[in-house]
Amino acid sequence: MNDLQYVYAVARIRVKEKSLLTDADVRSMAAMKDEKEILAFLADRGWGNSDPGQTGDEMLAAEDEKTMALMKELKVDPKIFDVLAYPNLYHNLKAAIKETCTTDAPQHLYYAVDGYGEEQMRRIVSEKDWAALPEHMREAAAQAMDVMLTVHDGQRCDVIVDRACLDACEAAGQKSKNRLLREYEESTVAVTDIKIAVRAQKTGKSLAFLKEALAPCRSLDVRLLAAAASKDEASLMDYLEDHGFREAAEALKESPSAFERWCDNRVIDTIMPQKTNSISAGPIVAFYLARQNEIKTVRIILTAKSNGFTEDDIRERVRKMYG
Amino acid sequence: MSMGMVFALMGAALATALPGVGSAWGVGIAGQAAAGVVSEDPDQFAKVLLLQLLPGTQGIYGLLVTFITLSQIGILGGNPVTDTATGMLYLFACLPIAIVGLISAYHQGRTSVASIGLVAKKPDQFGKAMLFPAMVETYAILALLISILAVTGI
Repeated sequence: MNDLQYVYAVARIRVKEKSLLTDADVRSMAAMKDEKEILAFLADRGWGNSDPGQTGDEMLAAEDEKTMALMKELKVDPKIFDVLAYPNLYHNLKAAIKETCTTDAPQHLYYAVDGYGEEQMRRIVSEKDWAALPEHMREAAAQAMDVMLTVHDGQRCDVIVDRACLDACEAAGQKSKNRLLREYEESTVAVTDIKIAVRAQKTGKSLAFLKEALAPCRSLDVRLLAAAASKDEASLMDYLEDHGFREAAEALKESPSAFERWCDNRVIDTIMPQKTNSISAGPIVAFYLARQNEIKTVRIILTAKSNGFTEDDIRERVRKMYG
Repeated sequence: MSMGMVFALMGAALATALPGVGSAWGVGIAGQAAAGVVSEDPDQFAKVLLLQLLPGTQGIYGLLVTFITLSQIGILGGNPVTDTATGMLYLFACLPIAIVGLISAYHQGRTSVASIGLVAKKPDQFGKAMLFPAMVETYAILALLISILAVTGI
């Protein structure tokens, strides 16, 4: 589909963007007294279904479905959403491998992914039918399964699958003709690498672990990042400050939640230029990502409210909005 | 028929054809955007319709120049063109609106799409949204004036 064919869809999205939550809406929700008040506020904005007694999870699931239905209706190139679904796809693989290789009762949650949902992924993994998986998953799936069966190392299994996911995202982004997808995947991989490096540094992981976990990408030198993270916190901070991630270092100094917020905001910044783009699939993909960000933010607020977090605690955790 | 007449008719044809193509493209793409907005917010119909129509003016300007030309070269009136040099003069006189009409309609169509997006998000900014594509119109009007002056001056 060429860019000009998205003109109708982008115009529809422009009207829909008016209903996105703004930073002011998020601040209002953070100041509300309980989960019930937030749900009522969102229901007034058209969120969820018509059931007045719906729970927060039901409301968010309904919003997710609405977004996916809109994307299908707008006939966006399905390849774009296939790439955006990679994290969910790899998550399902991890869940199925762990479920198959352990005797514990199944408790892994699966995402709804076309062709690779709960039942399909369980069958593929239990029969080791790797050929049924997309090509970019096969090697990692076999390797992760082998690790779980031979040494029962769940963490190593996670590292193998997560690294394969990042490599697949980076490769798909580079191959894509869609500029937004290229930039989004690049930003996602870079931010995830930084997250991994920060966590590995805090838990004292080895250089070998970091080399295995970090995925090469265009905006990071992962060898230097791994070396810095395996040394000490000061080296990691220096690396971030010297390589264009000063804000990440500052957020890390502030608090772990400020760092998590920086990670998500950095990805949202990638889609912001789509607000002025009229003729391409970019604004539609940006709207989809903005909706995912909204749902994630509302989930954070609802969880924080039900656990008695203060307004300031919540504000520290909420993300920048696209709307 | 003389070669002069052939050139003059070619000019008249280009004056209608090229801006017509540009306007059809511009109005078409702006129409797609307008339909997208109206499908979500029918109240914006009148505003987006005006924005859709803006790239259509170049086709009308081209038609006007063609009528004036035809009325001078013996088709709808005037004297038939008998020499090649006069025919070439009519052809060149028609080119400003033919070329500028095509290009400006294309760009005005794209600008109208952007303005329709602006109205979709902020309907109260309609006045400003109208100005952006209207700016492109300036150059089509300049070309129209030159073509009319040139054709009538031959």
